[in-house]
Amino acid sequence: MRTENQKAWFFVLPVLALVAFNALVPMMTVVNYSVQETFGNNQFFWEGLGWFEQILRSDRFQAALGRQFLFTFLILLIEVPLGIIVALSMPRKGFWVPVCLVLMALPMLIPWNVVGSMWNIFTLPKIGLLGYFLNDVLGINYDMTQQPLSAWITVVVMDVWHWTSLVVLLCYAGLVSIPDAYYQAAKIDGASPWSVFRYIQLPKMKTVLTIAILLRFMDSFNIYTEPFVLTGGGPGNSTTLLSIDLVKIALGQFDLGPAAAMSLIYFAITLLVSWLFYTLMTKDDAE
Amino acid sequence: MKKRSLIPILYIAFLMLPIYWLVAMSFKTTNEILSGFSLFPQTFTLENYITIFTDPTWYWGYINSIAYVTLNTVLSVCVALPAAYAFSRYRFLGDKQLFFWLLTNRMAPAAVFALPFFQLYSSIGLFDTYLAVALAHTLFNVPLAVWILEGFMRGIPKELDETAYVDGYSFPRFFVTIFLPNIKAGVGVAAFFCFMFSWVEMLLAKTLTAVEAKPIAAVMTRTASSAGYELGLLAAAGTLTIIPGAIVIWFVRNYIARGFAMGRV
Repeated sequence: MRTENQKAWFFVLPVLALVAFNALVPMMTVVNYSVQETFGNNQFFWEGLGWFEQILRSDRFQAALGRQFLFTFLILLIEVPLGIIVALSMPRKGFWVPVCLVLMALPMLIPWNVVGSMWNIFTLPKIGLLGYFLNDVLGINYDMTQQPLSAWITVVVMDVWHWTSLVVLLCYAGLVSIPDAYYQAAKIDGASPWSVFRYIQLPKMKTVLTIAILLRFMDSFNIYTEPFVLTGGGPGNSTTLLSIDLVKIALGQFDLGPAAAMSLIYFAITLLVSWLFYTLMTKDDAE
Repeated sequence: MKKRSLIPILYIAFLMLPIYWLVAMSFKTTNEILSGFSLFPQTFTLENYITIFTDPTWYWGYINSIAYVTLNTVLSVCVALPAAYAFSRYRFLGDKQLFFWLLTNRMAPAAVFALPFFQLYSSIGLFDTYLAVALAHTLFNVPLAVWILEGFMRGIPKELDETAYVDGYSFPRFFVTIFLPNIKAGVGVAAFFCFMFSWVEMLLAKTLTAVEAKPIAAVMTRTASSAGYELGLLAAAGTLTIIPGAIVIWFVRNYIARGFAMGRV
């Protein structure tokens, strides 16, 4: 296997320098701000953990955090099963495979602000395809700039549109790595489609599914640009997710102390949940 | 078999609808857009595209974006290669912790870093340059590139390295002439991912630039707010941002499935 060699550190050095520069310096800046109060003119006063307490107790933060968890929960609930279903029903070989893969990957390569604009144009009442279809053909009253529920549905559907393909592609990669012999054996045993899925396909998809769920968790939890462009956090505060609220505080109100404290709490939650997911999903391997 | 292929077809149709709408909008005149609903452009026009290709603020937005994305991709893959080799071949003090720490940077919300990055890159005089955006994007691209490359390198048996040394190859020569060709696919996939995440990320790119290196996203938002309701122009600009991604993805189409699994299947 891998040999012990401390000189390997030299290989890692460039990466270490680059990431440390990009991660440590800004992180220390954030930590600095989070424990100080400023009234401008570069004068700072020690504030201790006051901001953290204030943020954790504020209704605004709790509401944004609640919305964020609800959003991420809905995203995982829809995208993971849908991704598995699409991956299972895709052809395994032939001309259509690359075509399918390229078309499916396309939404992921569109800049995030364009994704927001695109869905904005798509859902405009009277002008947009979806807005027109819902309002004028089906007669459903739909306007995401006015109704919180419509805004929520639009933001969730947009993310499903944008990222389900990641789950599909990952699961598909797991599926094509299953040798035909497995399926033949299952056929001889007279296994039902469900047991083929449960005992052959699902175990093979496990590693990639772990990656998919982790990536989807991190990215949906940190989402900013797409909902910001689409709804701006509105109507009211109904789609103000954590990142949107954070940017409002930091760059809108320029409350650096609270914003920094909120950043650290935010980052800590992301880390903690990612780590929980990771240990839970890889627990069986260790045993 | 027929019934099963219905699901991917429906799914792809769902994916294509908003894209179709964006493209259709880009060929409409502002008058037609505002006058009401039409499924196809009634008066087909290239006016929106002509505006973009003749106005320097517009086309420089694309050039700027492509410049820093390319710079970031080259930078990320080059530093990630030796690191991934070290992680895949050797055990060393703190390797696991280091690997995890690298990945945690992928978890940091970009919104958290926007302001500190602005201050950091202003203070070292890189604000509003391609290099600033390219360096900032390495924060999430380098860990990803290391992760992907490590997965591909682990699939190459160690005997390859040992045979090369026995044959008298020096390490740099072995790495470039023997090892690299073997992980071609991995390098391609890593470059693809770096391109993708640098191309789609806009919050940091916008924060770190003002005039000289302004990305296309900044041009789009400024136009959207200043010119009021220029939906056609906005749609045309959006359509053009899809093209580089589509080209890049066509090149790696045969590796996509494995690439998305980061070589871990």
